[in-house]
Amino acid sequence: MPDMTKDQSIKDAGVDVAVTVDETPANPVAESTGKPRGLWGDAWFDLRHRPMFWISASLLALLLVIAAFPGLFTGADPRAGDLTNHYLQKPELGHFFQADWFGYDVQGRSIYARVIYGTRASILVGVGVTVAITIVGGLLGLLSGYFGGWLDAIISRVTDIFFGLPFLLGTMVVLNAFAERKVYVVIAALAFLGWTSICRVMRASVITAKQADYVTAARALGAGTGRMLFRHVLPNALAPTIVVATIALGGFISAEATLSYLGLGLADPTISWGIDIASGSEEIRNNVHVLLFPAGMLSLTVFAFIMLGDAVRDALDPKLR
Amino acid sequence: MGRYVARRLLQMIPVFIGTTLLIFLMVHILPGDPIRAMWGDKAADPAQVEALRHKFGLDQSLPMQYINYMKDLFQLDFGETFGGRPVWDEMSRAFPVTIRLTIVAMAIEMVVGLSLGAWAGLKAGKAPDTGVLIFTLVVISIPVFILGYVARFIFADTLHWVAPNVEDSMDITQLFLPGFVLAMLSMAYVARLTRTTFAENLRADYMRTALAKGLPRRRIVGVHLLRNSLIPVVTFLGTDVGGFIGGAVVTEGIFNVQGVGNLLYRALQQREGSTIVGVVTVFVLIILVINLIVDLLYAVLDPRIRYA
Amino acid sequence: MRGAKSAKWVAGAAIIALAATACGGGDSDSGKDMNSGKADPNGILTAQLSEPQNPLQPANAKESQGSRVLRAIFAGLVDYEPGTGKLTYVNAESVTPNADSSVWTVKLKPGWKFHDGTPVTAKSYVDSWNWSANVKNNQTNSSWFQDIKGYSDVHPDKGDPKKTEMEGLKVVDENSFTISLTGSVSYFAYKLGYDVWSPLPESFFKDPKAAGQKPIGNGPYKFVSWDHNKMIKVRKFDGYQGPNKAKNGGIDFKNYTTAEAAYSALRSDQLDWIEQVPVTALKNYKQDLGDRAIDQEYSAVQSIVPAFYTKQFKNINPKVIQGLSMAIDRDTITKTVLNGTRTPADSYVARGVLGYKPGALGDIVKYDPAKAKALIKEGGGVPGDKISIQFNADQPHKAWVDAVCNSIRQATGVECVGDSKPDFATDLNARDGKKVKSMYRGGWVLDYPVNSNFMRDLYGTTAAGNTSGYSNKAFDELASKADKAKTLDETVKMYQEAEQLLAKDMPSIPLWFYKVNSGQSKNVFGKIVYGQDGDPIFTDVQVKSKK
Repeated sequence: MPDMTKDQSIKDAGVDVAVTVDETPANPVAESTGKPRGLWGDAWFDLRHRPMFWISASLLALLLVIAAFPGLFTGADPRAGDLTNHYLQKPELGHFFQADWFGYDVQGRSIYARVIYGTRASILVGVGVTVAITIVGGLLGLLSGYFGGWLDAIISRVTDIFFGLPFLLGTMVVLNAFAERKVYVVIAALAFLGWTSICRVMRASVITAKQADYVTAARALGAGTGRMLFRHVLPNALAPTIVVATIALGGFISAEATLSYLGLGLADPTISWGIDIASGSEEIRNNVHVLLFPAGMLSLTVFAFIMLGDAVRDALDPKLR
Repeated sequence: MGRYVARRLLQMIPVFIGTTLLIFLMVHILPGDPIRAMWGDKAADPAQVEALRHKFGLDQSLPMQYINYMKDLFQLDFGETFGGRPVWDEMSRAFPVTIRLTIVAMAIEMVVGLSLGAWAGLKAGKAPDTGVLIFTLVVISIPVFILGYVARFIFADTLHWVAPNVEDSMDITQLFLPGFVLAMLSMAYVARLTRTTFAENLRADYMRTALAKGLPRRRIVGVHLLRNSLIPVVTFLGTDVGGFIGGAVVTEGIFNVQGVGNLLYRALQQREGSTIVGVVTVFVLIILVINLIVDLLYAVLDPRIRYA
Repeated sequence: MRGAKSAKWVAGAAIIALAATACGGGDSDSGKDMNSGKADPNGILTAQLSEPQNPLQPANAKESQGSRVLRAIFAGLVDYEPGTGKLTYVNAESVTPNADSSVWTVKLKPGWKFHDGTPVTAKSYVDSWNWSANVKNNQTNSSWFQDIKGYSDVHPDKGDPKKTEMEGLKVVDENSFTISLTGSVSYFAYKLGYDVWSPLPESFFKDPKAAGQKPIGNGPYKFVSWDHNKMIKVRKFDGYQGPNKAKNGGIDFKNYTTAEAAYSALRSDQLDWIEQVPVTALKNYKQDLGDRAIDQEYSAVQSIVPAFYTKQFKNINPKVIQGLSMAIDRDTITKTVLNGTRTPADSYVARGVLGYKPGALGDIVKYDPAKAKALIKEGGGVPGDKISIQFNADQPHKAWVDAVCNSIRQATGVECVGDSKPDFATDLNARDGKKVKSMYRGGWVLDYPVNSNFMRDLYGTTAAGNTSGYSNKAFDELASKADKAKTLDETVKMYQEAEQLLAKDMPSIPLWFYKVNSGQSKNVFGKIVYGQDGDPIFTDVQVKSKK
């Protein structure tokens, strides 16, 4: 990991500060010299020169293609089980891209086919929940951190209440509100309790960012609230949120496995890594391959997202230029 | 400072009422009649179901149920379980266990997580750093029920270092393995947090000043660097205590710890409203206190922070 | 079931053999052999038990956990012989019906005492049943007394009870009483084996709530302590006069959060008996435990039940359901996915129950894809060409539901998916509220070992256990005729006829019979013997002497 030398702080993760004074230097150069390249342009320029960005981005691209067109990668039916001939058959690691490559599971189904077909639901859950909590939690954190006062008090205490809600109770309530156990329902259930941490992170970094000199300057120049929020404060407070979100993304994919384990997750005929990890855990002592491949795919995805998050964060952090 | 604390303490009252109301509603929304469920697969006798509903006040309207519950609560009566035992009794058995487990997990998390993180941070880019990254990845992508199973298989069933189960939940020495499993995920986060803040602060001005002054390296790392790197870590630890107390359902189940997670899980399955509301309410209060302590700790760690 | 009996025999023979020889053999390592060493009549057994949901009152244990403790503390009038299901007398000297089985006379064995020293009399029984049946006393099993005349007085459908005593119960003298029923029930004596019919001492009625925390019974064990969520202790009652005197010194019922935790404790000999081997260990437990593994059938059946109130199954041709049944490869599924924890069902009635007839369902439970397809076609097909099976995910049902669905889908082309509900309460809610979308998982453990329990109580139109909306007039008539039959034998025979009727009409698809997959620790002497309800006969378990 060559670029690990660079700082890739997720320093503000979960910071619930009433008042933190962290003297993050602003980015006066980019703001005031009026160079054509803004914050995002800078970041993109920086990203293009990072190998880790390209590795993780191409890995993600591959996963997205698998998710979109699973039929391209396997001809086997992921739902067809043959208990008589294939019950828990071990992997044939030499048989690339064939049905028995990763072996068969407890229902006699091809694990390779299931891993391929499970990509779509798993990535949808991960990305869906992350987008949802980033929008909801991010917005609440932004408002709470920027305006402070009673609005902050209300939002913070509501966050506390949600933080105290038991995972099981919360998800059960949401899941029962919907008739079918579809992907969007699972996303809703996970997002229902998941937004609190992003909210805290965003709030903390907004509190830090709004005290920066350039923000004060912008305010003195008479910038409106909307412009202040979205042009000045948000871009400079976004970095920690992105990092936490990318780490959390993997966490949500595996949280779907925990949901399946508790009988609350996605259900047949949907196929997901989470379902297979949960059912594969029963074979952990005797047929670890049933568990290994879906869990391995999950690790790979988490790895790709974390690396991408690190690269993006580093690119966004003005201190590192 | 005093006014700040007072204000935060006052905020607990609306939060308390809000939480109880919210949980009350949520338990009510859940499908499944707790009284009918007592009969399981077998048929329930409608007259008896009616009589039991009356006994537990479940035949009243929801607002009435809530008002009655709050009335009792102000006399510190948390109600009764369906088995006819005071909820307070159940809670006073479970909370001390979970608090012990939390202490063990926190200790492990702080010691191991901080040292790993500091080690990686000081050697950023070298082998220890990569090792910590891989550890993080592995821990994040393995669900806790598998982690717990593997940990027990290795340390108890194979190596025989510890007993496989917690026989006496109040004995803190037996809580080591579940505490370790519980701490794993957070340990990964703490290690990464510490590592990044360390790496970042190494380049800070005050470090250069300290070095220039000719202070010994040990003092620089141990006092200046550590203290300045602790704020995000402390924040994370604060939120984590909450997670440990409420989120240990799976870990407690695997290792036979009779704690809050286990109590809550059973209460949820039996739709025992009084227990669920009681546990969650106490739990939210604990979170509020911890958040307050964390906020106050900022001022200790960073003298620039002042509370009005 | 012969297995159970012979196991008891072997254990018995081993004791005699070993009593003659000096106790040889080492302890831990060579202690693999469970018949080595010597039994300690005062040894304490530790057994798994989850926290009972309700206070320990005889008629208040709807779940198996409370029942397990109650059965140790209380002794009833009768019990069943393991294996055959035949009736044996415990506290009763005799239980005899009149000519039409509507009035029963109970004679007690004299001289029995409760644990507090007070005598067990006819009044102890009558008072107990009157109290338990009373709707105001909130006993979950109160409806067990509904056959008794005057039940509706103490347990009206609505409002407060009019009386506190059922007119059908009459004390004749100190040791005998009569029970008048509302009609004829030829197998009434069989019902009396359940724990709800236990006697209660005088002290109980003074403070029933306290008695539920500290029960005083007349059984082989006396209650010692209940440390909630941790342990319930019972010890041998020396004054016990029944045939099933405890062969150990007592039992510590210990609470474990999960089957995993309990299994670990068993392997390290901290626990002597577990309820069920966890799913993760099912492939290994026989190696792990050797001959200490327990693998035994008990009288319970699992099935999938069509919800007859749905559009899909409202006017279904039974041939379609027969076809679905024949599309399920029971043999392969029980051997693979279920790891041999069940045996394929061949009748509606579980094995080990009076009136069980091997192969009663004939070809209907045999796997035959071609015939399955043909039958479904003949019956007009499955409406919508799609079924779902509802189950509760808090128990390990998902694997077999998936396997059954795969089998059906591949054999017939009918789409089939599992419909998981997070917990049992949610599952029940959908079943009771008639909101099941297509089919649901059904399970039935015997209440008493007579075949009527597996049919009338499940498929009778008005039976409370019938949640599928199934109704068959011919069956209802035959069942009520059978209940009124003069002798038990006739009743059983007529129910066997009724079973053939059901086979043509398919109120459910029986899948398999349950087995206990359990184990015992090295501290247990001899093999643990099981009753028909899937619970061990604890009084017979012997603990090895530690020397």
